[in-house]
Amino acid sequence: MEAFWIIAAGSLVAIPCGLLGCYLILRQMAMVGDAISHAVLPGIVIAFFISGQREPISMLLGASILGVITTFLIEFFHTKARLQTDASIGVTFTWLFALGIILISVFAGKIDLDQDCVLYGEISYVPIDLWITANGTIMGPRVMYIMGAVFIVVLLFIIIGYKELFLTTFDPKFAAASGISVALWHYLLMGAVSFTTVGAFESVGAILVVALLIVPPATAYLLTENLQKMMLITAGLGVVVSFFGYYLAAWLDGSIAGAMSLVAGVLFAAAFLFSPQEGLLTRKKRMAFATNKDS
Amino acid sequence: MEHLWEFLSLSDPNIRYVVLGSVLLAASSAIVGTFTLLKKKALVGDAVAHSVLPGVCLAFILSGVKNPIYLVIGAFVTGWISLVLIDFITKRSKIKEDTAIGLILSVFFGIGILMLTVIQKSGNAAQSGLDHFLFGQAASLVGQDLVVFSGIALILMVAVMIFFKEFALIAFDTNFAQTIGFPVRALELVLTTLTVLAVVTGIQAIGVVLMAAMLITPAAAARFWTDKLKVMIVLAAGLGAFSGLVGAYISYVAPSMPTGPWIVMVISIIALLSFFLAPQKGILFRMFTQRKFQTQMLEENILKLFYHLGEQSDHQYYQARNIEDITKKRPFNLAKLRKGLKNLNQQGFLDYSEYGWTFTNAGKNKGQRITKLHRLWELYLTEYLRIAPDHVHEDAETIEHIITPELEQRLEEQLQYPRLDPHQSKIPYQD
Repeated sequence: MEAFWIIAAGSLVAIPCGLLGCYLILRQMAMVGDAISHAVLPGIVIAFFISGQREPISMLLGASILGVITTFLIEFFHTKARLQTDASIGVTFTWLFALGIILISVFAGKIDLDQDCVLYGEISYVPIDLWITANGTIMGPRVMYIMGAVFIVVLLFIIIGYKELFLTTFDPKFAAASGISVALWHYLLMGAVSFTTVGAFESVGAILVVALLIVPPATAYLLTENLQKMMLITAGLGVVVSFFGYYLAAWLDGSIAGAMSLVAGVLFAAAFLFSPQEGLLTRKKRMAFATNKDS
Repeated sequence: MEHLWEFLSLSDPNIRYVVLGSVLLAASSAIVGTFTLLKKKALVGDAVAHSVLPGVCLAFILSGVKNPIYLVIGAFVTGWISLVLIDFITKRSKIKEDTAIGLILSVFFGIGILMLTVIQKSGNAAQSGLDHFLFGQAASLVGQDLVVFSGIALILMVAVMIFFKEFALIAFDTNFAQTIGFPVRALELVLTTLTVLAVVTGIQAIGVVLMAAMLITPAAAARFWTDKLKVMIVLAAGLGAFSGLVGAYISYVAPSMPTGPWIVMVISIIALLSFFLAPQKGILFRMFTQRKFQTQMLEENILKLFYHLGEQSDHQYYQARNIEDITKKRPFNLAKLRKGLKNLNQQGFLDYSEYGWTFTNAGKNKGQRITKLHRLWELYLTEYLRIAPDHVHEDAETIEHIITPELEQRLEEQLQYPRLDPHQSKIPYQD
């Protein structure tokens, strides 16, 4: 039962992260995703401190606000101070992340949060962290509800905004010409990414969420050219990563989040080498075959 | 205050290690960071910083002791592998560089975390303090660490001095460097190696998580104060060293505070102040010059309009005009127009009476000059660039505010003091 809850929780984080990650990769904004996942930390800590407990609504709110602020700051330094984009990203997120860690140290003892939790989450506590209603009914793991809600919101966002996201990703000029606000969807997407990192924060930590945002979509990107297929493959990879990640961690007795990123990395390496169209070795073999036939 | 004195006097050998260590580490990474920033590869440093973690852990697992030399070697190896892999993935597949950076960064860091948690549960007593590599703890620097880390920092600085010219060239113009026969590939390899070394030296004080900031932020801040590479390097190193010092002091006074985030906080505040306040490049300065130029444009446009009104009413330039006359001819934002008129009145270009606003002599001359510049430029565009007369007005609207008296004279000479512009309006010269 414990294994089931952890794998289910892992998948519920990995799938929305991966779906949004597909857009990040295609828009060449992978590092903005990385930046946001770091920079939401102070928002979460402050929400934590104000509400005094793990109250999901304020945490989601805190993180979303910080995520949008981060996106805005990166843009602001780039356009107003003419700072090059990579430096703008680097300065903004390290600053906010440092602020988050300092706040954790300042509030240490007052809140139930520590640096380890930020680094690799507490997914192994999912089965014991239960939601118990006022009259004592046990409703199952608390985190599952938060992640379930995040999962549904992200899914709805992607389904409802599919056309707009598609157009602003692949042809922003055409999108603008057909009356879709590119900036609005940019900020909506970034808001969704920050929103999702909260769910991820509770389970895999603020840093390893990057692995879930980037690695499965990058793997799927090597396997298909079709966005819908890419998203389906990504979702599938999310489940696979959670499953093997859990058992690898159990076997080694180490961090589940760390093991999940290792599995994601191995799957990427496999796609990189053996993907039917894009694989390094498949292409080599095809070339060798072609030259043999010629001679 | 007592703390500060005790801290700055460096009398306690432990404090001496901490201070010297933090300053050296922060300064050396800032120096290398300057080049990676200029090469637009700032985020690569982030990837290296995260990727050294598995190396550190692996070195510890293999050796079983926390010897800085082993750890540095381990960190160096995986940091280097990460850069090679990013390059390899970007070149050999359709994956873009930013994705490759994020991918390698997160996977390597994940593996590092996995190893670290396994080590922590293994029960090896020597492992305590290994997690200081995550967020840095300058206070845990001991003599042996300092020798190793400052040794590396020295190598770094000497290498930058030796290769200064070469690095400068590949930072600004790789193609040119290649054309004149520089071994660009080899030099990039050296720079990559130095980046890894800088990260490796910094991890003890700053930690792998925030190490990227020490490569990016001091250089980004310094960039706002100067255009000279040498000055930028010295400034970045100085700012880095200062933040290292302050960070070390804070975690000395409050040992529960990790050093890394504080160093990053200090340097980030310096950087943010630079973004806003730096002369020439800062946001406030830019906003100020922009505002100034907008006011100048508005005022010159009003004077030009008064001149046009005068031309239309049979050269009665000194007739009073009210707001309605003005807005009928050209729509202005009313609030801005009133402010512009008031400014012009104060500067002595317009007089105000109960009938409205009237040119002074100086005002008429200025309005006339702007009109002349506008028409001269239109003529120049049609004569020399062969642009159709109905396409030249917009361009002239902008340039009329910029042309200097020297340019004005050149234009007049080139066009041989023409009488009419392309729209057959008279070009008004000063008598």
